[in-house]
Amino acid sequence: MVLPVRECELSGWGRHPVQRCGVLRPDRYGDLSRIEADTLPRGLGRSYGDSSLNQGGRVVEMTRLNRILEFDETLGILVAEAGLSLAEVAEIFLPRGWFLPVTPGTKFVTLGGAIASDVHGKNHHGEGCFSAHVAWIELFTPALGRLTCSPEEHPEIFWATVGGQGLTGIIGAMALQLKPVSSLWMEVTHHPARELESAFNLLSDPEADAPYTVAWIDCLAKGRELGRSIFMAGHHRTEKNLPPAKAPRSKPLIQAPFNFPSGCLNSLTVRAFNGVYYRRNGRKRFPFLSAMDPFFYPLDMVGHWNRIYGRRGFVQYQSVLPPGTAFEGVKAQLEEISAAEAASFLAVLKRLGAAGPGHLSFPTEGYTLALDLPYRGPETEALLKRLDAIVLKGGGRVNLCKDAHLSPESFRAMYPRFEEWLGVKAQVDPEWMLQSSLSRRLRMKEGA
Amino acid sequence: MKGPDVNEGDRPLAKLALRPPRAPRVVSGLSPGNTPVLILGATSPMARGLATALAQSGQPIYLASRDVEECARLASDLRIRHGVTVFHGHFDAGDLESHLPFLGTVLEALGSLEGVVSLVGTMGEDPATLDPFKAEQIIRSNYLGVVSILGACAQHFESQRRGVIVGVTSVAGDRGRQSNFVYGSAKGALSIWLSGLRNRLHSKDVRVVTFKPGFVDTAMTYGKPGTFCVASPMAAGRAMAWALHGGPDIVYYPRMWRLIMAIIQHIPERVFKGMKL
Ligand SMILES: Cc1cc2nc3c(=O)[nH]c(=O)nc-3n(C[C@H](O)[C@H](O)[C@H](O)COP(=O)(O)OP(=O)(O)OC[C@H]3O[C@@H](n4cnc5c(N)ncnc54)[C@H](O)[C@@H]3O)c2cc1C
Ligand SMILES: NC(=O)c1ccc[n+]([C@@H]2O[C@H](COP(=O)([O-])OP(=O)(O)OC[C@H]3O[C@@H](n4cnc5c(N)ncnc54)[C@H](OP(=O)(O)O)[C@@H]3O)[C@@H](O)[C@H]2O)c1
Repeated sequence: MVLPVRECELSGWGRHPVQRCGVLRPDRYGDLSRIEADTLPRGLGRSYGDSSLNQGGRVVEMTRLNRILEFDETLGILVAEAGLSLAEVAEIFLPRGWFLPVTPGTKFVTLGGAIASDVHGKNHHGEGCFSAHVAWIELFTPALGRLTCSPEEHPEIFWATVGGQGLTGIIGAMALQLKPVSSLWMEVTHHPARELESAFNLLSDPEADAPYTVAWIDCLAKGRELGRSIFMAGHHRTEKNLPPAKAPRSKPLIQAPFNFPSGCLNSLTVRAFNGVYYRRNGRKRFPFLSAMDPFFYPLDMVGHWNRIYGRRGFVQYQSVLPPGTAFEGVKAQLEEISAAEAASFLAVLKRLGAAGPGHLSFPTEGYTLALDLPYRGPETEALLKRLDAIVLKGGGRVNLCKDAHLSPESFRAMYPRFEEWLGVKAQVDPEWMLQSSLSRRLRMKEGA
Repeated sequence: MKGPDVNEGDRPLAKLALRPPRAPRVVSGLSPGNTPVLILGATSPMARGLATALAQSGQPIYLASRDVEECARLASDLRIRHGVTVFHGHFDAGDLESHLPFLGTVLEALGSLEGVVSLVGTMGEDPATLDPFKAEQIIRSNYLGVVSILGACAQHFESQRRGVIVGVTSVAGDRGRQSNFVYGSAKGALSIWLSGLRNRLHSKDVRVVTFKPGFVDTAMTYGKPGTFCVASPMAAGRAMAWALHGGPDIVYYPRMWRLIMAIIQHIPERVFKGMKL
């Protein structure tokens, strides 16, 4: 690639760590066919930690390669370049009756990023990961050049790329099976759960189950109230005679204008927020209609909301634990952060279905807890170590696209299929031309 | 008829720079709807903004550049997003002989032609080269080739007594600077050529617009030190679509460049020649 390079300080969504990278921004598809050493693809930078960073190296920003190449109106198959955002997919295809089969909690991610982190949504227990709906990808690899991979063609390369954090090649284009929907409305039910046990019961109760489920935890509740939460269940409304819904927006409603001073988000303000949120939403016990945006992407309403954590940023800690150990493990994690007075604005508990075939794909059967923790230096690092210990003990794992602290040893214990993945890496990129800050932190090159 | 009041020559400059942007009124430009437009240099990110704006108003488009594969991707994107008719084809500004047959192909595909925008341009390896062969390439792409194809379009519009020509030049063409004067001189020459063409076609109801971007966020400026107030290419493209539909004869984009260039042009040469620009 003979493209101009822009040197800049870059971070993931958590704004920690911040690292110097040289950014390339291809405008033409053909620019992808020559990968230089020490390069990493990057989408919209919505991964939290260092999976989209390459300190001292190069980062290929994919956002201008966002052309739609084909769309089959009857089957709902979309062929597009990997830099296309999910926000655009929803904006263009929802009015035509098609939605994303799986979507993360923000729509400002690219198709490529969604594959490289094999994202999951509130419907993982029914629909699996994003990759389950991908028919094929076009991958630019350093050693094998341009390849089409799918579960049938080069399956091992396909499954190493799914969840492969951009390290097996640059995904240039892909085919995605969209999901037919007949209205722009969701029907949502909220159930308050007094403590953790009722939250778990609701998540596993077949009566309360719905295509989309999630529990929002007020993680400042202590003692008997530990795990106090709101369980939210939703499904697409199918009736035709509904009031016209607001079409999804591809831009945030408001912007967080500046970095908040670091002290702003202390346990007091978070407690106040959580208390209000719990009371307001816990009251909505009867099914109500919700537009897509507030149901799927409540946080997207505020652009740059990551600034509220101030200059030092924050980390998101997301783990999954198998059903047998999940309750104890989640409880222990909540107790840890409660004891550490580490205010978590956002704590989300979800049920995950069976694991997919992606070698490094995060979701495995069980329950996943995601916590946002303000970064306070060594204190936070120590807390994360304690959380890692809980997760390891429970036989769980940490999500790489959120992570910034996992140790190489813990990573290997959590991802037993890493060796298999290394086999594919040796095939597509034996020289390790594609690297990231994450791959170096986890010493991936050194073997299993 | 008097043009809309953006960048109008007789206005006090300071006022112009401060006024909030307003969509120009439509004057003898293209009306939206079935008015086919040819875009030369369609792989420029600014061309994407232009094509998007045209597609949103349902206008058939022909995309052309040397990179046909890229043009094909851009064309399918426009078709699927906006449901418009989009053609694409190969065009090399440097290959003067091919221009007339190329225009024939375009006319055949579109059925008729109402507007053309040329974004063709390149800085070359070194926009201030003293090597005559390298300079020739810059001049061919930025000036001679554009003069040739826009000249052919002008003849077509002159005979149908209707049409709009938008030529994208540059603020770099307003005054020669040591860092890019070969490129700048080609752009400046194109601006002068467009001004003469406008004069010639005025009585024939053909509109000619000179579009002068400042810094726009494309590969030309990406990562370069010394750039400031860099505009989005999509917005620049939208401004080109407005220029097709009406507005002033000479457009600076963003508008504050009119002011900046007025100041730069007024610096006396004896001072200017000593400046590091
Ligand atoms: C508010 C919020 C909510 C979220 N909710 C969820 C959720 O519910 N579920 C979930 O799974 N995730 C969730 N995420 C995480 C997010 O979906 C993933 O991190 C996703 O990968 C981000 O995509 P991106 O385009 O921003 O990629 P980036 O963050 O830029 O990159 C992420 C990884 O993808 C790789 N990559 C990017 N583009 C390509 C490409 N073209 N080819 C190859 N590799 C590529 C990068 O190298 C990097 O390793 C959430 C994030 C936020 C900010
Ligand atoms: N970016 C800026 O800050 C800036 C400022 C002022 C003026 N401009 C002018 O704006 C226009 C667009 O620029 P950009 O920044 O978008 O640059 P760009 O991406 O390099 O676009 C240049 C376009 O010109 C085409 N082109 C170049 N040489 C050609 C040739 N011989 N034959 C046919 N097409 C040719 C290219 O097409 P192919 O390569 O696909 O053939 C491409 O579509 C240019 O005229 C430029 O001079 C830019």
